[in-house]
Amino acid sequence: MNTNGGQALIKSLELEGVEVIFGLPGGAILPVYDPILDSPIRHVLVRHEQGAGHMAEGFAHATGRPGVAMVTSGPGATNIVTPLADAYMDSIPMVVITGQVPLPSIGTDAFQECDTVGITRGVTKHNELVTRAEDIPMAIRQAFHIATTGRPGPVLVDIPKDIVDPMNPASAMNWHWPTDADVSSSMPGYKPTTKGHPKKIKEAAVLIATARQPVIYAGGGILKARAAEALRELAELTGIPVVTTLMARGAFPDDHELCLGMPGMHGNYTAVTAMQQADLLIALGSRFDDRVTGKLDGFAPGAKIIHVDIDPAELGKVRRPDVPIVGDCRLVIEEIIKALNALGGQQSRMDITPWRQQVSGWQEQYPLVYEQSQDGDLLKPQYVLEQLRDRSPADTIVASGVGQHQMWTSQYWKFNYPYTWVNSGGLGTMGFSVPAAIGAKVGRPDRTVWAVDGDGCFQMTAQELVTAATERIPVKIAILNNAYLGMVRQWQEMFYEERYSEVYLSPDLPDYVKWAEAMGCIALRVESPDEVGPAIDKANEINDRPVVLEFRTDASEKVFPMVSPGTTNDQIDVGPLQNGLGR
Amino acid sequence: MPPKYHVLSVLVENRAGVLARVSALFARRGYNIYSLAVAPTDDERFSRITVVVDVEQAPLEQVVKQLNKLIHVIKISELDPRDSVERELMLVTVKAPAEVRGQIIELIGVFDGRIIDVGHDELALSLDEHPERLDDLEDLLRPFGIIDLQRTGRVALPKLERS
Ligand SMILES: Cc1ncc(C[n+]2csc(CCOP(=O)(O)OP(=O)(O)O)c2C)c(N)n1
Ligand SMILES: [Mg+2]
Repeated sequence: MNTNGGQALIKSLELEGVEVIFGLPGGAILPVYDPILDSPIRHVLVRHEQGAGHMAEGFAHATGRPGVAMVTSGPGATNIVTPLADAYMDSIPMVVITGQVPLPSIGTDAFQECDTVGITRGVTKHNELVTRAEDIPMAIRQAFHIATTGRPGPVLVDIPKDIVDPMNPASAMNWHWPTDADVSSSMPGYKPTTKGHPKKIKEAAVLIATARQPVIYAGGGILKARAAEALRELAELTGIPVVTTLMARGAFPDDHELCLGMPGMHGNYTAVTAMQQADLLIALGSRFDDRVTGKLDGFAPGAKIIHVDIDPAELGKVRRPDVPIVGDCRLVIEEIIKALNALGGQQSRMDITPWRQQVSGWQEQYPLVYEQSQDGDLLKPQYVLEQLRDRSPADTIVASGVGQHQMWTSQYWKFNYPYTWVNSGGLGTMGFSVPAAIGAKVGRPDRTVWAVDGDGCFQMTAQELVTAATERIPVKIAILNNAYLGMVRQWQEMFYEERYSEVYLSPDLPDYVKWAEAMGCIALRVESPDEVGPAIDKANEINDRPVVLEFRTDASEKVFPMVSPGTTNDQIDVGPLQNGLGR
Repeated sequence: MPPKYHVLSVLVENRAGVLARVSALFARRGYNIYSLAVAPTDDERFSRITVVVDVEQAPLEQVVKQLNKLIHVIKISELDPRDSVERELMLVTVKAPAEVRGQIIELIGVFDGRIIDVGHDELALSLDEHPERLDDLEDLLRPFGIIDLQRTGRVALPKLERS
């Protein structure tokens, strides 16, 4: 016996290339925290385990590499359930290590025992309780393999204390590092399909060549597959306009003439309408989410569907595709390009100029609009976002919480680079942005990282700014303080006859500036339009500690366009400023 | 007549927790599992789970695809009852006083079942047969008074090709 389970665990993480662990120790995981002291792996000590999970997610969003979090049993494990669910919904590669009570105590209601594997079964791509010290290296190798291949996702490894505790004979083991071949033969049921079926690829090329009103519907899978380049090549070859879903912002540059921006419930008029009127939707790593389709039976009624996804379960889950292709988006797009070229040049394809003109017409008629505030009034959130966008480096990474501020950020930011948008799409997790921004900054210390947060969201996970200040992780937070749970207020205004129930938060309580300062940040309150620019410039100059800017924004501002729940995308409401413009 | 139920034959790794993962996928969608049989195959690394679910209740394509995503699931076949052979085992204890004992013994003989235990006023019977034949025997035994009855859940294999 030449090592013990605890050391083997840390060594395994090192060999998997882990540079940073976000975590917080406790009884059951204690023995693993000892060898961390001797490891080159950086450990970021969070203030709440939910923070550790979102930091690992933010790290993965920004780098494409798996994020790693480590927490103790019981409450440590339950506190990280929300980030696991978030990562599962958004297909984020993440490995979470949880401590567990010693094997002989499992099932006895021991102190800080919970059925972690049972609780997290539905919110992980896979989870595993390891029962023997010598199985630890394989469990870790499998976890990273599963988290990062196929459709990525979170994997949890639950480790009982006795098998990592050097005082316990159960932890003694001989070191053995499994080979790649060992790993794949240990999982006979796991073989993701990456290459598309050649016949289907040819069918897709023919549909693309003969479409008159095609739209590329790009989803988060483009980013997971590192397929942004391939997507661009496909779009430029064919001239087909591209919508980028909330999860795909940045996968295709917003400043590209073919980019239509975000579709969906708060998508812009052109992106929504182009999909609606398309005769062909080329869905690439997207999943026909209800927030994109609106009322399903009225969604893109005339469109044929090519659906490319690495997860076979996505094909036909919501809308039956005419051409389903299981495979890695990058590989499949490259094959589709080859197949299109094989059909012949430009002449072999339908002329889509009239469609392009129609689309440009919508863009001109229905840009995003808002009305600037009068002197003395509260700030317009859209104005704050325009200033933030224009005054920050072009490759800034932006995280956001969930609510109105999230939609405005997605709408008003110009995402011209992949992996610059860090957001909670599928689960819609308030409190995501502060820790996720910290994780992103740890992964990309060379980049400016802004979190655009709501006042409601900020109050859920703000304490992680203590982590950021302590660890010298200089993130920047812009709170759009509208004193409300704004998105819920918007629904109550529009669908519940302005009966506002439990959505008011107060602009002054807490005092965000004092709170941020107490957490070791530099903080400023911004109340008038002429203060906005200078405050942002000042924040962008600070690079040795976190900064918090509190913007006092107008609570009556609503997010438009909007497709109301239960209606079809044809019934998109462009808002009071554009209604009646002669659609 | 189209079948009223689906039979899924799921080949899985033979290890802790696999059954929980499989059944959780049905439970999450509110599908009731009608019957379930699990046992190792000839290769002890693998087990076969035979699941029977109601057709109307469970549109299966999504469930099958989701099951396939489980790391420990190796292969899933959906067995059409018309193209498969199915068996189920039933053990039943029935009241059998002297005056009806002969009838019961005759009945189990007709079904090709067996008497596995004999008491003063009771008989224990076993029958392994097509599930519908078990239903028939159950119906015929009921008037005698069934004391205890246990069925195993259906197991199935595809019918062999004959061409
Ligand atoms: C954890 C969690 N709880 C509740 C919700 C429901 N919800 C969605 S948006 C929202 C309001 C968010 O308020 P704030 O952070 O101030 O953002 P705003 O909409 O005002 O920009 C709420 C409560 C949620 N998404 N997540
Ligand atoms: Mg708010």
